[in-house]
Amino acid sequence: MANSGIFEYAPAPESRSVVDLKASYGLFVDGEFTEGSAGSFKTVNPATEEVLAEVAMGDDADVDRAVAAARRAYDQVWSRLPGRERAKYIFRIARIIQERARELAVLESLDNGKPIRESRDVDIPLAAAHFFYYAGWADKLPYANLGPDPKPLGVAGQVIPWNFPLLMLAWKVAPALACGNTVVLKPAETTPLTALLFAEICQQADLPPGVVNIVTGAGATGAAVVGHPGVDKVAFTGSTEVGRLIAKQVAGTAKKVTLELGGKAANLVFEDAPLEQAVEGIVDGIFFNQGHVCCAGSRLLVQESVAEEVVDRLRERMKTLRVGDPLDKNTDIGAINSAEQLAKIRTLSEAGEAEGATRWSPPCELPERGFFFAPTIFTGVSQAHRIAREEIFGPVLSVLTFRTPAEAVEKANNTAYGLSAGVWTDKGSRILWLAQRMRAGVVWANTFNRFDPTSPFGGYKESGYGREGGRHGLEAYLDV
Amino acid sequence: MTAQLALDEAGLRRLLHGLPPVDQVGADARAAKLGTRSIKTSAKAQALDLAVRMVDLTTLEGADTPGKVRALCAKGIRPEPDQPDCPSVAAICVYGDMVPTAKAALAGTGVKVAAVATAFPSGRAPLAVKLADTVAAVEAGADEIDMVIDRGAFLSGRYALVAEEIAAVKAACRTNGHDAHLKVILETGELATYDNVKRASWLAMLAGADFIKTSTGKVSPAATLPVTLLMLESVRDFRAQTGRQVGVKPAGGIRTAKDAIKYLVTVNETAGPDWLDPDWFRFGASSLLNDLLLQRRKLATGVYSGPDYVTVD
Repeated sequence: MANSGIFEYAPAPESRSVVDLKASYGLFVDGEFTEGSAGSFKTVNPATEEVLAEVAMGDDADVDRAVAAARRAYDQVWSRLPGRERAKYIFRIARIIQERARELAVLESLDNGKPIRESRDVDIPLAAAHFFYYAGWADKLPYANLGPDPKPLGVAGQVIPWNFPLLMLAWKVAPALACGNTVVLKPAETTPLTALLFAEICQQADLPPGVVNIVTGAGATGAAVVGHPGVDKVAFTGSTEVGRLIAKQVAGTAKKVTLELGGKAANLVFEDAPLEQAVEGIVDGIFFNQGHVCCAGSRLLVQESVAEEVVDRLRERMKTLRVGDPLDKNTDIGAINSAEQLAKIRTLSEAGEAEGATRWSPPCELPERGFFFAPTIFTGVSQAHRIAREEIFGPVLSVLTFRTPAEAVEKANNTAYGLSAGVWTDKGSRILWLAQRMRAGVVWANTFNRFDPTSPFGGYKESGYGREGGRHGLEAYLDV
Repeated sequence: MTAQLALDEAGLRRLLHGLPPVDQVGADARAAKLGTRSIKTSAKAQALDLAVRMVDLTTLEGADTPGKVRALCAKGIRPEPDQPDCPSVAAICVYGDMVPTAKAALAGTGVKVAAVATAFPSGRAPLAVKLADTVAAVEAGADEIDMVIDRGAFLSGRYALVAEEIAAVKAACRTNGHDAHLKVILETGELATYDNVKRASWLAMLAGADFIKTSTGKVSPAATLPVTLLMLESVRDFRAQTGRQVGVKPAGGIRTAKDAIKYLVTVNETAGPDWLDPDWFRFGASSLLNDLLLQRRKLATGVYSGPDYVTVD
């Protein structure tokens, strides 16, 4: 019996009803939602281009208010609380995130375009895990090997990207609060909604007013937060371009800075690798979150002896990837976050073709509305091509080959970035040999894009400096 | 290729140890991810009916009697007496001495008779006994033989011995012009590592297996999703290299419709739709069928009917 198409997965949409979208959102300052003074902007669902809500555009005056509230909360309440009392609040936040996980997941998928299975299974559980982890540190800071009595810095100004909105918030807010700092956070312009829901969670947790302040807006708002004289610590995750501006802006001030910027990670597959799992790792490395991952494995370096086999298996695997409605539970690849980002991915992909690389995508129908891009691989890529050097930040993989381990190391490190790398081999000794030579903050062995709150994360070279996560992540928020 | 390799210990070792290794963490993660697919409404209806058609309804007890086997056959032919659109199962799986009873009960229905043979479940008997066991079942009319491999020989690296036994049983399946399909049980719960599962899969296929089957159901763990995933990848790769398609049968431990659907998703996304057919994929199970029937009713009527509305075996 012919069975082609016998098992077409019927649509399995996650319900939107769990989310209570308001028509407009204000700024969260001093424990209250307040009107912004500079008008508003729209945030859209990238999968349908529908406007989800109007969000207040914060200006200098709003940032002033927020920093003042954070300073007050720092001086009068938060820095005076013993660690175990701070921990209670942070644990409470973590539990509320878990309780409201479905709501957060649906809202994240609506605003960001990422598939619900990722927001449900990765983003939200990891965000809760970060709060749990750093809550545990709050009363143990003297034992973090950072001095006998490390002190908080004061007010932290934090600017986060659109690719993992709530998770990046958690990476920033959890250690800051655990260490006794207060926070002014600016979420990304295209994805402010889960941060605003997080503000509600802070209220629900009875967090003292002013400990967490959320000021929405665009680039200028972020610059106001970073440049504000009342901010003691700047933490930024985003593009290398903006990271440079921030480094310049804070140069010569007393502010401490951590930057987590772009990447062009190499994923190295050796001939003795577990190939089936390596193919999965390649897929996770570049197609997870539509490739909107700073540590994405966007350069596949595969040993020539198995290159053809690996690429064949990869193509077969890519045929089963499901692109479409982010709220369908069977969607693997959702929407590109914005028209602007989609244009950038298209431009770089066209450059790849123009430079002579071979482009391939599985046959897949993209929705008519919304911002979508088919999973794409380029073969025949050389180190000199733009698609091998520039961060695409989309579901586009460049495939290169190598002949010897030494050549693999040389090519992998031949980049301006250094955020992450992956190694696939059955030889434990080779994993260690490579990990010592990779100029990358994270080296994954026989896995990729695996995150855990206990593990430090951060870059070499143009991928930034400072570490987030783990014991190392405390250092960024303490005067040591 | 097959015959030559089956006789050449060194060649077999080179081939099996040259297969790409399996990373256990990665394989488990892949299986878990496939298990999160959400199969609803029309897709679920299709999946449930397909799963019913793939069931090898099994009774392998010392207490089996002709009456018990006849009852099971009746159930396999018409699982839902009041619902004529419910398909029959693929086969009834019994011990060799029950083959004549099952054969008579199933005559003319299209439901096959599968017999376990070769000193099932341990396989600890001389080859002559195993072959006699097989021939008796085949002569009695078994359409399919489920044999066990010699796990002791496999684990001690005597791959040629395992392959020769499989080839000999395969020949016995063809006694006197019969052509019984051979399912080779790897007993993956005793093979311990995923690399072993992959090697045993290739060994069985090279030696002539028509199907590779996870477990006897007498050893824990029996079928698991990651192990079945590895076997599906193996049959896919084997067909790509040799052109010959081999079936896969997870057996033991699959008790719910939800689990069965996870297996079908795994078939669909690894081996591919060519295997989504009772000729190429089976579930060895006894209690699974009733849950499939309950879910089938739930989907048709919108309410759960309860265990009194499906028949006990």
